[in-house]
Amino acid sequence: MTGPTKGWTVHQGRAAALPIENIDTDQIIPARFMSAPRASGYGRFLLHDLRRDGDALRPDFPLNHTAAQGASILITRRNFGGGSSREAAVYALVDAGFRVVIAPSFGDIFAGNAVNNGLLPARVSEAQAEALLASCPATLTVDLDSLSIVGADSTPFALDPVWRQKLINGWDDIDLTASHGAAITAFAARRRRAAPWVWPVA
Amino acid sequence: MRALFDKLWDDHVILTRDDGAALLWVDRHYVHEGSHHGFRALAARGMTVAEPGLTVGVADHYVPTRGPVSDPDIARMVQTLQDNTATQGIRLFGLGHPGQGIVHVMGPEQGLTLPGMLVVCGDSHTATHGALGAYGFGIGATEVAHVLATQTIWQKKPARMRITFTGQAGSGVGAKDIALAWIARLGADGARGHAVEYAGDAVRALSVAGRLTLCNLSIEGGARTGMVAPDQVTFDWLRGRPFAPDDFDAACEQWAALASGPDAVFDREVTIDMADVAPIVTWGTSPEDALPITATIPDPARATDPAEAARIAQALDYMGLTAGRPLDSVAVDQVFIGSCTNARIEDLRAAAAVLAGRKARVPGMVSPGSALVKAQAEAEGLDRIFIDAGLEWVGAGCSMCVGMNGDLVAPGKRCASSTNRNFRGRQGPGARTHLMSPAMVAAAAVTGHLTDVRPLLEGRA
Repeated sequence: MTGPTKGWTVHQGRAAALPIENIDTDQIIPARFMSAPRASGYGRFLLHDLRRDGDALRPDFPLNHTAAQGASILITRRNFGGGSSREAAVYALVDAGFRVVIAPSFGDIFAGNAVNNGLLPARVSEAQAEALLASCPATLTVDLDSLSIVGADSTPFALDPVWRQKLINGWDDIDLTASHGAAITAFAARRRRAAPWVWPVA
Repeated sequence: MRALFDKLWDDHVILTRDDGAALLWVDRHYVHEGSHHGFRALAARGMTVAEPGLTVGVADHYVPTRGPVSDPDIARMVQTLQDNTATQGIRLFGLGHPGQGIVHVMGPEQGLTLPGMLVVCGDSHTATHGALGAYGFGIGATEVAHVLATQTIWQKKPARMRITFTGQAGSGVGAKDIALAWIARLGADGARGHAVEYAGDAVRALSVAGRLTLCNLSIEGGARTGMVAPDQVTFDWLRGRPFAPDDFDAACEQWAALASGPDAVFDREVTIDMADVAPIVTWGTSPEDALPITATIPDPARATDPAEAARIAQALDYMGLTAGRPLDSVAVDQVFIGSCTNARIEDLRAAAAVLAGRKARVPGMVSPGSALVKAQAEAEGLDRIFIDAGLEWVGAGCSMCVGMNGDLVAPGKRCASSTNRNFRGRQGPGARTHLMSPAMVAAAAVTGHLTDVRPLLEGRA
């Protein structure tokens, strides 16, 4: 659900390989499912059309393999989550049980949305991503303290320090921001003097 | 000296934490039907909107373009926006409002977006507003709730990037081609983490509509935001808009000072010579898969990297294309002119200039970007040109760009489209999308295949 997320430091789980680049958020969740209420669960929409040929599941699609069932760590290629800002893409991953996505790069908006829902977007090099993809199926341990992914080998990952703290603490931004209420009020007054045209006249 | 982006950033910083995260003031927050997750999160906390006067509602993603809504799910989305904005005292440009339209068309058109503003919306194409010299970026639902609750947003300052377009655009080359040219060069994530300022003579020469198209596509190259320094072109375009400031000249003086200083520093600079830019079409399933219309379809066998070869092969398979064939031999099933990228009056005029006195060989739809654009086009007789050519003239909304309202391309069908995303299934499950300028879409309509618009413009426009 949207709202406060629970923090975490170490996650161990099964990793699934999705060796495709440029998986945009339209792939992660097609637009036609986004009018559904979140309470109904978005996991069933995850990569809906890529996984299927018509109504039938494609046996050759990586996430349909038996080894990928119950996975909570997704390993994929560059530019994962580019495109539409739909946070529903993150809901689909989280509701399907994922806590970590590992890739060489992420769409900026997707990565921010992920962190706001406790989903770690872990950046690794192209070569490291390929090695991790090749290691699947595997059980991996992802540690936010040491910024490492440990399986047969240990792989460091990159993460913005602000996001790292947020994932560990499970910070809720609205509460955090509320503690700066006085600064916001003072700024708004200054802004109104400096740029009165910001406030539209009805 | 500071760049345009530095000035916009500095003007909105309330405070900066030691870890570099800054709390920014939001001047304008646009909400649409898709913002329902954000409103629900706000309601769950029992909070109300902090600055309803700075929040603007608009129905666009789910609005019908052809008669009343029949699907109850779609009707509910439009109604929920109406209920949420009414409850919170937010001005709404809803279904049937004379100012309704696609948020990135109607906001600037109404003068609700102005230079110097920080603009957010739960939509990735919000960088569009940067065309006026604003700092616009798309946000997710959790952030929508945060902005509704506090009128602020936490951000880390993106790196500064300038893309300079030197020389002048040739005939038949417009803002869409300029945008696809840089995205093809740098990749769909080429500007990730960057705030892009578009500069150079070719950008200065663009109308505001062209600048809106250019900034709109920033996200397709991965940029966090895109912008053009406001100038006389901007001010002339904004003067007299419904929500333009009363003391307009004083505001213009302030806005003129936003331009990057001559020795402003950028973290990254890219220069593109307009002599290299021809009318462009996409062939694959990412906006980076873009080539001049005179080119041939890429051959995976010629890719140097096996992963790249596989990606090209998969894209061609989805798109139903054969490697090595000329792009202009590809037959299309239908055309679409519309979207926040290319549905302004200038876009419709460009398409009409090609279609006037000609017939479309394939069916298609023209959806103006706003109710005002629709009225203007009808006053100019453009609707007649489209209808006489055999195309459907429909209402304003996101329509077939994203298909949420039921305007879909059928599975396996190929659409020449003035939109922004050729992603798999974007226009409907199995739909095959080729992105191009509205003039190029019109050319494809006339011939029934991807076509260089330039010969069709000879003796015209």
